[in-house]
Amino acid sequence: MLAVRVMQEQGIHVEGINFFTGFCVEGHTHAIRKKDQGKPKRNNALWCAEQLGIKLHIIDIIDEYKQVVFNPKHGYGANLNPCLDCKVFMVKKAKEWMQEHGFDFVISGEVVGQRPMSQRKDTMPVVQRESGIDDRLLRPLSGKNLPPTLPEREGWIDREGLYDFSGRSRKPQMALAKQFGFEGYAQPAGGCCFLTDAQYSVKLADLWKSRGSKEYELDDIMLLKVGRHIRPARHYKLIVAREEGESNFLQGYKKQYPHMRCTSHGGPLTLIDGELSKDERQQAARIVARYSQGKNAPQVELEYVTTTGEVTPISVEPMQPAEMPQEWVL
Amino acid sequence: MSRERLDCHRLLCPMPVIRTQDRIATMQPGDELEVVCTDPGALNDIPAWSRINGHQVLETTTRDGEYIVIVRICEE
Repeated sequence: MLAVRVMQEQGIHVEGINFFTGFCVEGHTHAIRKKDQGKPKRNNALWCAEQLGIKLHIIDIIDEYKQVVFNPKHGYGANLNPCLDCKVFMVKKAKEWMQEHGFDFVISGEVVGQRPMSQRKDTMPVVQRESGIDDRLLRPLSGKNLPPTLPEREGWIDREGLYDFSGRSRKPQMALAKQFGFEGYAQPAGGCCFLTDAQYSVKLADLWKSRGSKEYELDDIMLLKVGRHIRPARHYKLIVAREEGESNFLQGYKKQYPHMRCTSHGGPLTLIDGELSKDERQQAARIVARYSQGKNAPQVELEYVTTTGEVTPISVEPMQPAEMPQEWVL
Repeated sequence: MSRERLDCHRLLCPMPVIRTQDRIATMQPGDELEVVCTDPGALNDIPAWSRINGHQVLETTTRDGEYIVIVRICEE
């Protein structure tokens, strides 16, 4: 927001680009979980664009982005976050969009030293070089700390109107936001990518390991955001809804995955990712029963339902906590 | 003038907006698009996208777990 407004103050026409990788946080869990459904929902990119009075183009890069996640040239961060490669990729895509739509340069809100991978003084030139954008990438909030870019040299913008922010503190940005009269903006450093989340990364790594290769589809990475994921064996995993909102969301996947549901007690909808033997079906049912309201009952009745709707009744004794190894829960 | 329906069941934000944006790019001013979603966020996001891109939201409805937004395409 700040970078855009700095440009607008210099009379530059700006339009926004927002790339959707599939890993964006954007309130998905709020949309799914019932207890969060009272919370205000908004897409922050759209909200910012509206505050700034600019157009916003949201671009689906889910498929192209896979190569960034699978093989990051610069490696991962603390989890499966390929931040530097991600930035290179997005700036490259922004450059292509700029060329296709007759724009002259790209701006970003980056600040030198703000982030440990992609916003260091030594890695910011890497983004320019590897994306091919070179000196058509302007960072208005840190511009005075960086070499002059083409828009400055050509006189399209006044370098004196740029800022010299650096470091991890957000205080200068918050002061500028106040000066511009911005209120209600998203909290800085709140995290916008599930790949930076340790628990999510464990589940994604497990998905790859179980499949024997790094691959995913949008449904896979959406489902990693929902429910308890329990893997009793390499070839099958249970996705157990934690509450009503998640059960409702998982209902939408019943034609893609077999599922189990309790019939004798209240209980969560559970999707089954993988093929089960008869014994494993019993084992899975015992786990599902453990998360039902009949967890202390001697016997719980369930149904196993295939993707075509064939129903098999199952009766089991709920699994007790001591019987379930911790490492099954991802 | 035509009216089209876009099924965004099970899609979470921002996919309903992306699908809406991409479909509207193929339609003409005066046409109407009915977007049917299951993510309640669509009730905010599609109108916000429509406002910043100069399109008109005719109606937003909630019905049986579905969230429906009707957009009239305007000249950009």
